[in-house]
Amino acid sequence: MTRLAAMISLGILMLLGGCAGWFDGPLSTLQPAGPAAHSAALLWWGMFLFATLVLIAVTALWIIALRRDPGEVSDADAQRQQNRWIWGGGLALPLGSITVLLAFGIPMGHSMLPLPAEDRVEIEVTGYQWGWRVEYPEQGIELQNEVVIPSETAVDIILRSEDVIHSFWVPRLAGKTDLIPGHTNTLRLVADEPGTYHGVCAEFCGVGHAHMQFTAEALSPDDYATWLSEQAAQQDEGETDD
Amino acid sequence: MTETTPVQPHEATEQTRSLHQTFSRVWANWPGLGSLAAVNHTTLGLRFMITGLIFFLIGGVLAMLARTQLALPEQNILTADVYNQVFTMHGTIMMFLFAIPVLEGLAIYLIPKMIGARDLVFPRITALGYYCYLFGGIIILSSLFLGVAPDSGWFMYTPLSSAEFSPGPGSDFWLLGITFVEISAMAAGIELTVSILRTRAPGMTLRRMPIFCWYILAMALMIVFGFPPLILASILLELERATGMPFFDPGGGGDPLLWQHLFWLFGHPEVYIIFLPAAGIVSTLIPVFSGRPLVGYRWVVLSIIVTGFISFGLWVHHMFTVGIPQLAQAFFSVASMLVAVPTAIQVFAWLATLWTGRVRFTLPMLWIFGFLVIFVCGGLTGVMLALVPFNWQVHDTHFVVAHMHYVLVGGMFFPLIAGLYYWLPHVTGRLPSERLGKWGFWLTFIGFNATFLLMHLTGLLGMPRRVYTYEAGLGWDWLNLLSSVGGFIMAAGVAMIVLDLLLHARLGRRAPANPWQADTLEWATATPPAPYNFASQPTVTSRHPLWDQSDVAQQMAAGEGHLGEVQQDQRDTLGTDAITARVAERCHLPGNTWLPMLSAAALAVVCIGLLIRIYPLALAGCLVAAVFLLRWSWLNGGHPLAAPLTDAELAGKDDDQSPPLESRTLDGPGRWGMIITLLANGTLYASLLFGWFYLWTASPQWSAPADSPLATLPLLATAILVTVLTLLYRDRVRHLQGGEDRHLAAALGSLTVLGAIATGAVLWVMVSAPLAATEQAHDAVLMVMLIYLFWHCGLATVLTGLQALRVRLGYVSAHLPYETRVLQPFWVYTCGVFWLSLAAFIGLPMAWGGG
Repeated sequence: MTRLAAMISLGILMLLGGCAGWFDGPLSTLQPAGPAAHSAALLWWGMFLFATLVLIAVTALWIIALRRDPGEVSDADAQRQQNRWIWGGGLALPLGSITVLLAFGIPMGHSMLPLPAEDRVEIEVTGYQWGWRVEYPEQGIELQNEVVIPSETAVDIILRSEDVIHSFWVPRLAGKTDLIPGHTNTLRLVADEPGTYHGVCAEFCGVGHAHMQFTAEALSPDDYATWLSEQAAQQDEGETDD
Repeated sequence: MTETTPVQPHEATEQTRSLHQTFSRVWANWPGLGSLAAVNHTTLGLRFMITGLIFFLIGGVLAMLARTQLALPEQNILTADVYNQVFTMHGTIMMFLFAIPVLEGLAIYLIPKMIGARDLVFPRITALGYYCYLFGGIIILSSLFLGVAPDSGWFMYTPLSSAEFSPGPGSDFWLLGITFVEISAMAAGIELTVSILRTRAPGMTLRRMPIFCWYILAMALMIVFGFPPLILASILLELERATGMPFFDPGGGGDPLLWQHLFWLFGHPEVYIIFLPAAGIVSTLIPVFSGRPLVGYRWVVLSIIVTGFISFGLWVHHMFTVGIPQLAQAFFSVASMLVAVPTAIQVFAWLATLWTGRVRFTLPMLWIFGFLVIFVCGGLTGVMLALVPFNWQVHDTHFVVAHMHYVLVGGMFFPLIAGLYYWLPHVTGRLPSERLGKWGFWLTFIGFNATFLLMHLTGLLGMPRRVYTYEAGLGWDWLNLLSSVGGFIMAAGVAMIVLDLLLHARLGRRAPANPWQADTLEWATATPPAPYNFASQPTVTSRHPLWDQSDVAQQMAAGEGHLGEVQQDQRDTLGTDAITARVAERCHLPGNTWLPMLSAAALAVVCIGLLIRIYPLALAGCLVAAVFLLRWSWLNGGHPLAAPLTDAELAGKDDDQSPPLESRTLDGPGRWGMIITLLANGTLYASLLFGWFYLWTASPQWSAPADSPLATLPLLATAILVTVLTLLYRDRVRHLQGGEDRHLAAALGSLTVLGAIATGAVLWVMVSAPLAATEQAHDAVLMVMLIYLFWHCGLATVLTGLQALRVRLGYVSAHLPYETRVLQPFWVYTCGVFWLSLAAFIGLPMAWGGG
């Protein structure tokens, strides 16, 4: 039994190695490009392997149980079986798994929070039906459906909504956070390296929901500084022109 | 259905034949159209299930429409607007019009038979529930054909579902229609609870109760406590839409998150309301096909209870991305994972039962096996989703769609079909086709996994839920195509099952009595069953009566047991003690009546009136419904059409009737029904208080006036008046218990007058208070609370007035004290909510101050 499970898990690993490209995509959580997304992907693969083992083991046990001839089972035997299965499978298995899972999961979740950080950048994003208004309050910059962020830097996205509930999600960088009318939420984004990352609205928000997309453009910190000053200058020009 | 002569569990003799004829005469439904007046649980249970299966097929067609649209990228078979209606209605129909009603129907059909009773304890309520379900379902479905179906998702998140962003009638169809349908869930919840607790056959102590009944008891109680938050939320949102009271609008001090809290406070227990009965089917079938009792019966009972409790503490795991404080997230994350423990205990108890038994691998067992694989998989992804950092990634993606279908289809649909094949011979007396059944299973199983196993990956690759289309090249194309193909394979499997169902009624082999050698009493009826189930009720001495008590089926069919003859042409069943199952009373059960259908029809008029905003029509519907419902309550107890006092009783000779009729006792199932109803009602009230408390402490733009806008002193005086009234009422009832009924009518009459004064006072407070209910959430909540008090005070008064009248007419007296005892908890409850409301009116501003 254990050998079978080992072979299957080995097979899965080989499969994963062989076709890693299958899991790539512009919105794939399995092609992470930021620390939060890395953690989540790691959690996924760990949980996936463990869950697969449990599923195979439980199914195999059931198949054996369905086929085996128990012979005469006295009440005392049945009691022993009860204790074995219920204490082992019903209590120890889930409680042990949960403990391990939380031991990994809680610190990982904590590290994803918008905790105080040096050189933190704050960008305000307001969702509406159906688009994203992106504002850099200090520089007075405003963009539509595009967030420009510095890479390797903690970026806090301040999220608000103008109408209904939306959800801001750049799968390759981090998890999602909702934009709720009347509330202000904060999402920490970090990109490991410069690049273009796609984002979508993840909370159903009406007929335009499927098309409420945006991009997160990560620039190297230097390029970002240059971009900021250029943009700010353009904005100033625009304003003096008016 | 063909005419099938029932298989009897006994050799018919001349004597038993005439006994059964007498029972049939008293218990039969009226013929032809008259069968619409049926109140029998067998009939109504089947109607629930058949109606539910029809809704299931409609919901399935909607799913196929959605899968067709998503099969290829950038398709325009459905527009975004239509797609939104389709997925909203698919979820709504499957949850509210299929899953819950079908399981209720199964419980309604089986429970009395399993506990050795003749019917549920409130047969007219069963019928009312059915008609509310049917009419409500038709109203909801009609929106689809009118092209104005709700399109904000089955979860109806506001503000998307609010008047501003969903101006059409779609949301109203959902809110009003679902609330209407929920009457049937509440009715079933209350009735099943009382029936299981108070009408088990003598000797069936709680320890001897079939495991299925434990599951249904848990389900029923979870309905009682789980549905009121949604009912309240629906009422509040409909009020907001119709009148502008800003409960969920941050502009007026409300909060859209309040909707989510109330919705998931219902929505998560709901998942277990669906899963537990299905798990009950598994726990019933596995021992039968293993040929030995369930291993770990007590562990399983404990798991059921623990599941019930934990399920009320997990709702926030649907809201991990809304910005809830970290500590709360950790708490709900742990709680969500812990629910895996009782589930694992059941899975391993089933395994241990199979392990120690010699298994017959029949068609129902095939479905149970399919259940196990799919459900365990869904449970495992459930634990993953409970982990907050992972949840932030996959929440609201197709990963969750996959998980949810694994849990609901695996955890509900597969056991349901197992149960269908298992109990089909009971319902029709015939066996289905083994070959078609296997085809049905494998197509469904393969199709299901093809659709949803891949969908986990679709979600991980970033596909959000509820998008009507997607661009090519995101890595989702082949996954979606395969999911759609899988969906159609599954549909073919379902078609096989339906075909099997239709064909077997004509072509199926006759099933012998108790074809699976089961242990529970439902197999002691004739198959198909007679409307009275059993000619007599047994004395149960084992958890497995048909295994351990030889001849019990024959004895019951021969009338050798309790209530083995028809008395005064009445339908009856035994009431027994909730724990020990000692005989307590004889419950007289009402026969065929049109009142439930008429009441439901009047309520449907109310629903339609509110929907099309013709409020006089709704009001008229209310009044007509009140007339029908009060007439219904009139035909109880000592009424000549119910169980009037006999000459012997009138002459004061203590009748040797043993056990006494329920209406001659002080504490029967009716009183239990009142108390359980008040528990549900109390949950609704508590949800309202929670809402107010929540808004006060968490709403972003809450504002409350520094001083209460209500006239506190008059309200305090009214509360004192209601308290005095309740005490006086209690005093009267106590006298009545002591056999003292002089001046009773006059006393109740004066209490009615006092009640009317209190009701008027509440109305005056409400009207005179300067409440800006359409501008401030604070004032809107106050208004709803005052309406709640007004309604309760008014109803208690009217019912007391009717009691006074019934005393005059001799339906209530020292011989018949029961009804006053039934009404008493209502007064106590009303008094309680008065003081609680008053404490909230005065206490909340003191504790948190004005905003």
